[in-house]
Amino acid sequence: MSKPLLEVKGLTKAFGGVIAVSEVDFHLNEGEIVAVIGPNGAGKTTLFNMITGVLPPTSGQVFFDGKEVTGNQPYQIAKAGITRTFQNLQVFENMSVIENVMTGVHCRLKTGFLQAGLRLMGVKREEQQAFDVAMSCLEKVGIADLAFEAAEVLPYGNQRLLEIARASASSPKLILLDEPMAGLNPQESRQLVDIIKKKREEGMSFLFVEHDMETVMGISDRIVVIDYGKKIAEGTPAEIYENEKVIAAYLGTEEEEEAI
Amino acid sequence: MNHSKVSELYNRHYGGLFLFIAALVIVPFVANSFLLSVLILVGLYGIVTTGLTMLMGYAGQISLGHAAFYGIGAYASAVMTGTYGMPGIVGILVGVAFAGTVAVLIGIPTLKLKENYLALATLGFGIIIFTFFKELKEITGGLNGFFGIPSFNLFGFAFDTDLKFYFLIWALLIVGILFSKNIIDSRVGRALRSIHGSDVAANSIGVNIQQYKLKVFVLSAVYASVAGSLYAHYVTFINPNLFTAMESITFLIMVVIGGSANIWGGMIGAIVYVLLNELLKEVVPMFFPNVGGEFQIVFFGILLVAILIYMPQGLAPTLGKVWRRLAGRKNKKAAVTGPPNADATVGGSKS
Amino acid sequence: MELTSQFIQLIFSGLTIGSIYALVAIGFVITYNITGVLNFAQGDFAMLGAMLAITFVSMDMPMGLGIILSIGIVVLVGGIFERTAIYPARNASLPTLIIITLGVAIAIRGFAILIWGTQPRSLPPFTENNPINVLNAVLLPQSIWAVGISLVSLIAMHYFFNKTFIGKAVTACVVNRSAARLMGIKPEWMSFISIAVSAGLGAIAGIIIAPISGATYEMGLMIGMKAFVAAVIGGLTNAPAAIIGAFMIGILESFTEGLWTSGYKDAISFALLLIVLFFMPNGLFAKASGKRV
Ligand SMILES: Nc1ncnc2c1ncn2[C@@H]1O[C@H](COP(=O)(O)OP(=O)(O)OP(=O)(O)O)[C@@H](O)[C@H]1O
Ligand SMILES: [Mg+2]
Repeated sequence: MSKPLLEVKGLTKAFGGVIAVSEVDFHLNEGEIVAVIGPNGAGKTTLFNMITGVLPPTSGQVFFDGKEVTGNQPYQIAKAGITRTFQNLQVFENMSVIENVMTGVHCRLKTGFLQAGLRLMGVKREEQQAFDVAMSCLEKVGIADLAFEAAEVLPYGNQRLLEIARASASSPKLILLDEPMAGLNPQESRQLVDIIKKKREEGMSFLFVEHDMETVMGISDRIVVIDYGKKIAEGTPAEIYENEKVIAAYLGTEEEEEAI
Repeated sequence: MNHSKVSELYNRHYGGLFLFIAALVIVPFVANSFLLSVLILVGLYGIVTTGLTMLMGYAGQISLGHAAFYGIGAYASAVMTGTYGMPGIVGILVGVAFAGTVAVLIGIPTLKLKENYLALATLGFGIIIFTFFKELKEITGGLNGFFGIPSFNLFGFAFDTDLKFYFLIWALLIVGILFSKNIIDSRVGRALRSIHGSDVAANSIGVNIQQYKLKVFVLSAVYASVAGSLYAHYVTFINPNLFTAMESITFLIMVVIGGSANIWGGMIGAIVYVLLNELLKEVVPMFFPNVGGEFQIVFFGILLVAILIYMPQGLAPTLGKVWRRLAGRKNKKAAVTGPPNADATVGGSKS
Repeated sequence: MELTSQFIQLIFSGLTIGSIYALVAIGFVITYNITGVLNFAQGDFAMLGAMLAITFVSMDMPMGLGIILSIGIVVLVGGIFERTAIYPARNASLPTLIIITLGVAIAIRGFAILIWGTQPRSLPPFTENNPINVLNAVLLPQSIWAVGISLVSLIAMHYFFNKTFIGKAVTACVVNRSAARLMGIKPEWMSFISIAVSAGLGAIAGIIIAPISGATYEMGLMIGMKAFVAAVIGGLTNAPAAIIGAFMIGILESFTEGLWTSGYKDAISFALLLIVLFFMPNGLFAKASGKRV
């Protein structure tokens, strides 16, 4: 592979006086699973928000698939092939489970207002297509039997899986997962690891934020560490494991936590 | 392992609808002229509120300015047919073009705003348009009103009796509802509802939320404008006071009563509102003999609050159950017309 | 009338009406800061205050007493409104809450029609109302009352929120709920206090404007809307900016009316609202902030 799939250069975000992310550079190659780790408030979510267009960066650039996508709207970035899940769940509570995922197929379909309103030819076929894709996504995460339930009644863990199914419905090249294991029990976590691995075999790449070190060390090809908005280390799990800066950053926060 | 089909997802069985249409056809022949005129009013309101339901119930955007679009349709038809003697259809089309354009111009900046501000901006916009109706006296007749709007004429056929008009309006309403329902049960409908559910998630999976909000706003404006055009032909006399902020709020009340997350909710709300309104006009003066003006709003205000607190889904889901029983349909697994357990409330994602 | 005196005249009437808007706008700001909701019934509290005062005075009650009683009743109404309509729906989505306040607004309006009918009514001026001549412009004592009372009320509000225990608790609650709890204040009551206090401010506004422009059941809508515009100019959270906004609107209105036409007076204010919303959605004086995900 010559060019990286995702490349982030000097990405910076300031909220008023607070610099949440500062001059972060890293890249992700096609088919890779890369973890972003760092203490609470390090700027991981903000980094994700900038990559997916939810927040405009203060400075810096994002390249995806060889094209610059800096400052694009989230829906444009989704069309280009990056989707995501959210740390604070953002399930569509006003829909059924399957409809949530069918909405994820949105950018692969074409039906517009007039076509839908008149139910012209093609609408029915697209509906079937969206349904089938959504169903198979639900099957892959193992909640197909809940397809017709209202999304809001799903337990927390299943809502996380639902977000992943929704994010994968448009067959993006890259999925960003923001703390996918948070709130999952060990069995669900293992299941999720399997899902990610399987999807990678299908050619999807992952960038994810996670606090659970076992998972991070277990599935990432590389790890990017940020602290106070700055990238302090990058490397394979083994390298990160021994990196002093990382250890200091983590021990540092633990001490702080104990002090409280 | 899963044998479900897409056809199980949305209730697209129309047995009940045929019954309903049959009832609609019979009613005018047993109704007296007063009831007929009331039903015409219901149908006109129903067209507006169906559009508004798309905007508020599904896409989650509040509008407190739809009387403006209703008024634009009414004045467009009044001026085109009354002043210039054009055919009725021209009036409607001019109204639609005008309302649609205004909706785009006002929608682009307004729909970026958060809930609080959106309500405010649309209310302010409605008052501005009202001012134009009032002040552009050469065109609209100002506060004196616009007299002598001819009856609606379509390709040589004059809708000059209440009975004919009744069929016109209700046919249009049913078509409007079906058109909306088709939209809701599709990619577009899911996109709209996803904005309501979580705008940031919708955006992040590829829904161009600004564009969808704008389009549904325009659609609802067009519904309101068409209803306004026909309203002008029906009453033959209009004045700006028919298109005040209070009228916009009235539309909203109907949507909430009916149930904003149900495509039949707008129509149900219009029926309940108009009938209740007529009832109150009869009953209240018995207790307050000197009462004048729109005293009924005290009841609708209280009703609005009570429904939002105790029955936030409105009447539609309950009525839907009764209707399905009457129509003798088995309650299928996924046979819900609206979104399942649609977010109880009107508009906006929870933050 | 020569130009400068006309100018001064317009400034006078702008300040008078601006002071009314300021009171109602501060009510918005207080409620918005504490509950996060735009209270569409705010203007109708002004109407209610005016109508009650007119009724009491017409019953030969001494004016001062009638006014105080009216304000008291409106505060009570505000409190009841919060308990019966806002509190039970406190977990509903924002648009639902907005529509609830709208429902209360029209309920109050309809109630006024039932009790007082649709005819305009008026309150006698607080004192002898012989025009005073200032720089060739005419100044009515009632205008001085209006501006004076509203300034005193605004200062009192400032004192209440920054110096008294309850006021400080309310303010603390905006910043930090658990801190307020530690002070022994239930955050749930903050919404009650804020709406009751804003209702009182609204009532004062209605009462001081009633001798100048009369009172009708529907006066609340326009007063409320104009005050909204003022509050939005201040970004909804900034009280001094809202007051400045209120006087700006008042003066803009009186100049539109005096130099052009009264017909477009309302449209101009709302055009200003739309302009502010479009270009500075966080107000003229505010910094941007975004929702977090
Ligand atoms: N919308 C915002 N406005 C202002 N400040 C923000 C905003 N979003 C994040 N911040 C600040 O930016 C910093 C980084 O926050 P961020 O959510 O990116 O951290 P994080 O690494 O994801 O933390 P966590 O592990 O707790 O999820 C924090 O100090 C946070 O308070
Ligand atoms: Mg985070």
